[in-house]
Amino acid sequence: MMKRHLLICSFFTLVILPIFSQQKAPSANAILEKVDYNMVSKSQIATSEMIVYGKRKSRTIRSKGYSIGQQKNFTEYLYPEREKGTKMLKLENRLWIYSPSTDRIIQLSGHLLRQSVMGSDLSYEDMMEERKLREIYTATVVGEETIDERATWKMELIAKVEDVSYYKRTLWVDQERFVPLREELYAKSGQLLKTTILSGIKKLDGRWYPTKINYKDVLKDGKGTDFIITSISFNPSIPERIFLKASLKE
Amino acid sequence: MIRFLIKGILRDSSKSLIPIMIITIGVMLTIITTGYVTGALSDIVDQNAKLDTGHLKVMTGPYAENKDQIPNDLALLDLSTLIDSLSVNYPQVEWTPRIKFGGIIDVPDANGETKIQGPGLGIALALFSEKSKEKERLSLNKSLKSGRLPEKKGEILMSSLFAEKLNLEPGDEITYFGSSMEGSMVFHLFTLVGTVRFGSPSMDNGTFIVDISDAQQILDMEDGTGELLGYLPYDIYDDVVATEIANDFNDKYTNSEDEFAPVMFTLKQQNNLGSTLEYSQTIISVFIIVFVFAMSVVLWNTGLIGGLRRYKEFGIRLALGESKGRVYSLLLVEATIIGLIGSLLGTALGLGGTYYLQVVGIDVSKYMENATLIMPSTIRARVTPGLFFLGFIPGLLSMLFGTMLSGRGIYKRETARLFNDLEV
Repeated sequence: MMKRHLLICSFFTLVILPIFSQQKAPSANAILEKVDYNMVSKSQIATSEMIVYGKRKSRTIRSKGYSIGQQKNFTEYLYPEREKGTKMLKLENRLWIYSPSTDRIIQLSGHLLRQSVMGSDLSYEDMMEERKLREIYTATVVGEETIDERATWKMELIAKVEDVSYYKRTLWVDQERFVPLREELYAKSGQLLKTTILSGIKKLDGRWYPTKINYKDVLKDGKGTDFIITSISFNPSIPERIFLKASLKE
Repeated sequence: MIRFLIKGILRDSSKSLIPIMIITIGVMLTIITTGYVTGALSDIVDQNAKLDTGHLKVMTGPYAENKDQIPNDLALLDLSTLIDSLSVNYPQVEWTPRIKFGGIIDVPDANGETKIQGPGLGIALALFSEKSKEKERLSLNKSLKSGRLPEKKGEILMSSLFAEKLNLEPGDEITYFGSSMEGSMVFHLFTLVGTVRFGSPSMDNGTFIVDISDAQQILDMEDGTGELLGYLPYDIYDDVVATEIANDFNDKYTNSEDEFAPVMFTLKQQNNLGSTLEYSQTIISVFIIVFVFAMSVVLWNTGLIGGLRRYKEFGIRLALGESKGRVYSLLLVEATIIGLIGSLLGTALGLGGTYYLQVVGIDVSKYMENATLIMPSTIRARVTPGLFFLGFIPGLLSMLFGTMLSGRGIYKRETARLFNDLEV
């Protein structure tokens, strides 16, 4: 009789209890929706520093960016002196760069957007990508892992649209704050192209947001590039004139 | 006796015509093929040396490891000191810096906005220096299609094909957009002063040339260079000398703790040229062996047919008391004479064909549009002293082997049955 009780208790403890106590995984879409809520806003003004770790020395580039939705983005470089006054305007899938030294506006499009920005591990495409993940990827949750003592959902994202920089992404999303902590970006061939590590997660204007992202182009040597947000405001009102080509020369 | 044999060969053309024709064709093909492969190889080596590898090249170790990515952030610095030291230690070598850099050539419209653009590969070399032989080395004056060479800062020379793609003519202004040595954005205005045809499809597609001082300034590479090229006297590559210099130089830096210590490479150690040359030599040797074998088989067969035809002749000679060994050896002497005649004719025709291909060449640019290897667009054969002798190896050997095999039948004749055979 005693043995039978013990067996039932063991079965309950080892099998039934874990099933009910385990946190039920939300659907992949629901996770992505929360990630998009945190990471994407209607408009944004951010000041950032990009630290490019070279083999001989490192460089810090400071800039201020304005963006409205997915289509409009304007960036002005503030530091160092050599880059000061250089401006970039992105409208839809076109990018213009203004150089004060030559007083020229150069347009980039197509494969040229895959070039590195200022020797960093980021491409112009990476800088321009503002679309919500849910709109361009089909996601599945493939597991759970712990990263830096944080429980995460491991997700696999496969592109459902053609004009996407990375066909596949593997994302580790913080289960509590719904912010990616790590990403692996793949080409359609399955080749790993870049990894990103997101840290310095802070609650800003009611959303969790990473203030430091390390981009690492796996095809390049070195420590990668740190992208640090020094200040950011979500959904501010931005005058439309900023996104006119004329503003590049102002 | 030799004169007697020659008379026999000339008067009885049925016993020599076919072997001579076979040997002539074989020798001619061997010479033309060898001359063409030799010409192609020396053109490739020469073109690589002039445009890319030099006879010697100095780079930093990390730059050399990632050479294909043109990592100018890993470039050689303190260049003038390095050149001074090299010039003292190896005075016979001419040292010249070159910087390769990628970027976009952007052509503005009337409002200063992009009208048309294209990615290009820049090569910066010592154009303005009076001591420099770079203009002659790259035959820039001869290759000019329009305009002139850059004479002062801010002037650029472009491949004519690239200029055509961008609808540019000498006098037009363009903007170079790229990255400095440290990765900063670079915008620089240039005036196109001339267009040039390099004669190498991989370069004609999108190359532009500026003076080294311009590149050092815009790429933040003051007293620096990506590559330092060395040329031996008379621009003739000598692998033994080059290897000696490279080994001596590299020995000095073997234990250097500087991650960016310079490393010297010989021409053969770059662009897989060493293995390409060895591979080609092997191909030529295999080609000759195959020809000797194939012609031997054909001539064996011809000899057998000739042997049947001369069955009676050998029988009578043996019946008259001539030894089998003497008949066989005279047959071999006859074969040697036929081989010599065929080789002489084949060599003459082969040299003529090779000379024709040396003058005219074969245009391979259509097949080299996407080639990354630096190759000339027209590949020419080359008449070398070796070709005057080379044809005699397959010519003589094949005839001798063929005759040796077919002539064995002489030893199978039985003297007792000779009169029976001869139907006497």
